Amino acid sequence: MSNKLNHSMSLAKPDAVDITNKQKIALAVGVIGLFILVLALFNTNFPNKAVFLSLSLGLITVGTIIYAREAYLTKLEGIKNDGVWFKSISSRGVWGWIVGVILTTFYIVLYFFPKYLGLGSDGEANAGLIGLFDPLSQLLSGRNASQWFVYGTLYTVAILAFGYKFILKYRHNRYQQIRTVSVMFFQLGFAFLIPEFMYVMNNDLPYYDLKSIWPLNYYIFDEWSVNGFLSNGNIGLALILFGIISIFVITPILTYKYGKRWYCSWVCGCGGLAETAGDSFRQLSSKKMSAWKLERWLIHTVLVFSVVMTTAMIYTYLGYDKNDFWLTRDVFISLVIGFLTLVFAAVMFFRRQELGKDAKFGAIGFFSVIALLLIMHFTGTTEHIFYIKAGALRSAYGIYIGSIFSGVIGTGFYPILGNRSWCRFGCPMAAILGFQQRLFSKFRITTNGGQCISCGNCSNSCEMGIDVRAYAQKGENIVRSSCVGCGICSAVCPRGVLKLENDSMKGRINPTEILLGNDVDLMDLVNQK
Amino acid sequence: MEHIVIIGNGISGVTLARHIRKLSNKKITIISAETDYFFSRTALMYVYMGHMKFEHTQPYENWFWKKNRIELKKGYVKNVETKSKTLHFAEGDTMQYDKLIIATGSKPNKFGWPGQDLNGVMGMYHKQDLDNLEKHAPNKEVCKRAVIVGGGLIGIELAEMLNSRSIPVTFLVREDSFWNGVLPKGESEMINRHIKNHHIDLRLSTNLKEIKSDENGNVKSVIIEETGEEIPCNVVGLTAGVTPNIDFLKGSEIELGRGVKVNRFLETNISDVYAIGDCAEQHEAIGNRRPIEAVWYTGRMMGETLAQTICGNKIEYKPGHWFNSAKFLDIEYQTYGWVFGVRGRPEHEKHFHWKHNDDTKCITVAYHKNTKEFLGINTFGIRMRHETFDTWLTEKRNVDYVINHLSEANFDPEFYSKFENEILTAYNKQLQTA
Repeated sequence: MSNKLNHSMSLAKPDAVDITNKQKIALAVGVIGLFILVLALFNTNFPNKAVFLSLSLGLITVGTIIYAREAYLTKLEGIKNDGVWFKSISSRGVWGWIVGVILTTFYIVLYFFPKYLGLGSDGEANAGLIGLFDPLSQLLSGRNASQWFVYGTLYTVAILAFGYKFILKYRHNRYQQIRTVSVMFFQLGFAFLIPEFMYVMNNDLPYYDLKSIWPLNYYIFDEWSVNGFLSNGNIGLALILFGIISIFVITPILTYKYGKRWYCSWVCGCGGLAETAGDSFRQLSSKKMSAWKLERWLIHTVLVFSVVMTTAMIYTYLGYDKNDFWLTRDVFISLVIGFLTLVFAAVMFFRRQELGKDAKFGAIGFFSVIALLLIMHFTGTTEHIFYIKAGALRSAYGIYIGSIFSGVIGTGFYPILGNRSWCRFGCPMAAILGFQQRLFSKFRITTNGGQCISCGNCSNSCEMGIDVRAYAQKGENIVRSSCVGCGICSAVCPRGVLKLENDSMKGRINPTEILLGNDVDLMDLVNQK
Repeated sequence: MEHIVIIGNGISGVTLARHIRKLSNKKITIISAETDYFFSRTALMYVYMGHMKFEHTQPYENWFWKKNRIELKKGYVKNVETKSKTLHFAEGDTMQYDKLIIATGSKPNKFGWPGQDLNGVMGMYHKQDLDNLEKHAPNKEVCKRAVIVGGGLIGIELAEMLNSRSIPVTFLVREDSFWNGVLPKGESEMINRHIKNHHIDLRLSTNLKEIKSDENGNVKSVIIEETGEEIPCNVVGLTAGVTPNIDFLKGSEIELGRGVKVNRFLETNISDVYAIGDCAEQHEAIGNRRPIEAVWYTGRMMGETLAQTICGNKIEYKPGHWFNSAKFLDIEYQTYGWVFGVRGRPEHEKHFHWKHNDDTKCITVAYHKNTKEFLGINTFGIRMRHETFDTWLTEKRNVDYVINHLSEANFDPEFYSKFENEILTAYNKQLQTA
């Protein structure tokens, strides 16, 4: 049931929360910028591509900036959520669906039909939209643009422009500002500029976004990628070593100290887009118990898929040269099984109590992975694993998880499923970090005694679909594997109940029956059971 | 199986039901005439402001009640027959109970103003008030101006709500400064300025004389008592406090004062009938508390307590240290222990007040002028830790200790500016001049 009585499709009907004339002009400016891109898409041959590309990206950015300044700087500092459930675009209204369809279509074309964007094949020159981006690509790396360059540029512009908007929206909140500057920095530097410059320095190196860690970066251990690194001497070796250290050393340490937020809402590019351009859609994530159950099955299935797939990939190409390299198939499969067993044993030893009945699911998951790996080892040939071609497994992962799940659904469906549906339901990296955050991390969201009034602002604004209120109203800290630590629940809480903290492990999980403020004897009686 | 019937599905009644279910297998029924499911009353404002939809104010999903075998009945209890333990509904049916709990909450005060029942005059308490407001004030074209009468917590929330839709608001406050019956002077005056900064037409020391009607029985304007000024408007919000919602009990044998009279065990004069939450009135006030506590937290605590009694572990309602919170537009407010405004302040209570230059943050620390015992704190714009102050109050720390250890109580988000040093400097300076 919606409480809004005047849901109207009429463009003329005044809405309860309208935008100002200045905002309308800003919107027009941005739309003109986008329109130039559309013209390019339809093969308009612009006389000076560099000028029109600058004009387009400039107009989009300026439009967003003017719009944001008018929206937030004309009002006092504070929470700016007025009307988010009234506006069509942010409440799954007509505009929300239109934007969703456009984004989804864009992703499908980008991943599967780049020639429609103007990608020149077989040495032909680029045309259309991709052609428009040639001058910028030439400037940065001296080669023509690809569909990924176009995508990367638009992605970066979106994070920068909407990051600015987000900073203004939360100009009273230093945590939000610093975090946003961080994702803007990592996107612009690590994902966009550095790989281009690396190409200039050494054009044999594969594209490598240093902050993108396996298994989110699922192609880093592909044969072409590893060969690319290894055939480039020390720098290539250093890069791939950095990739491995990121997984096994850097990630666990930072997650232990700060929770998975250090990555998901401070560094990650997917998270960066979700937190900036996707901010208007955060309230759309489902908070139902059923969605949580789906989430747990889905994300862990993807994790298992990615572990098995990556192991299988590496396994097949290790086979080629087993004589001149210490890392043979036998050694590799033993290492993988040994590592997984170590993790499993450590969890069962230290955290058996906390897991409760989930321990059973964990054990089933663990043993099925081991079984899969052993079957692979004993049935595999050089070409085939599980009796299917090894490459098929990898390309299935690339298409269904890498492209469709993370791109088409994950971002294309922002206005329908919320801005973090990939992070929540699919990202294997988030699953690993979350697993550690739940069991071995100092991070939690502390609940402030008995101050919760169950209003629901926290749950409503949780992009990961956590029912934050369910914990806060029980006076219980929030320790959830999916929490990316964006801090918006804490920001919107009208009673100052929530605080993101890194503190000692002791007392981190504190279920209570009776909240602070009541009779101390009663609290003792009930809570000490 | 014993049948527990709770009238009212607010925080008190629902907390009670949940705790009875945890402790026992009794049959539980919750009756409400307002909504099908429990919702957070304090969140109604956010529905009008578009931050949330109404269903988001419901803390439990709809399957929760069946799963926990809590029966929900929509109906209006017309009267209660305690001899035969029977409830009579306005709809004509009846219900038997073994134990009855009255948790019907409050209703907005109306002081007999002429025109107080016109179309467009409303309180802001029930779900129905929200629907009514949506009807009469959907936007600034339909509602050209709204007048709010009564300067308390609901009044300022209603002002914020209307402000979110750019509807001009005139805010009539009887006192000479906002909520100064509760807040000390410095804080109350800071909030006055904050209200005006939001372009709300705040009128202090101003009373309503009457509400005028147009030819269709809709609100046309209000007349100010002091000046006779007529202010044209389409909506009038009456937010001059609340009273227990217990009219349906008149004529029953249950003892009533302003609320349902209860003892410390939350029992009424009739056995097996209890009252909790806003509608319960203690025979004698507990400590500095009022006999009727119309606060979310106390309703919840009474529910937690009474569940024990009903399940065979009879205990008194014995709340711990007082705390409360609110939000005045953009400024959050928390209080721990007791800090009195001008009204009712004991002679021994002394205050230390600090205010930040930006005029949106301040604290007031109350202490005993002879023993220097820390009595309580009001904090505006700086979040503080409930647990820390609860401990300090129990340990009867003195004011010096509290001011020197204030950073331990800070609950602001990470990277926020800290003000403890500034506060300490101001405190030491005040001691030198005093």
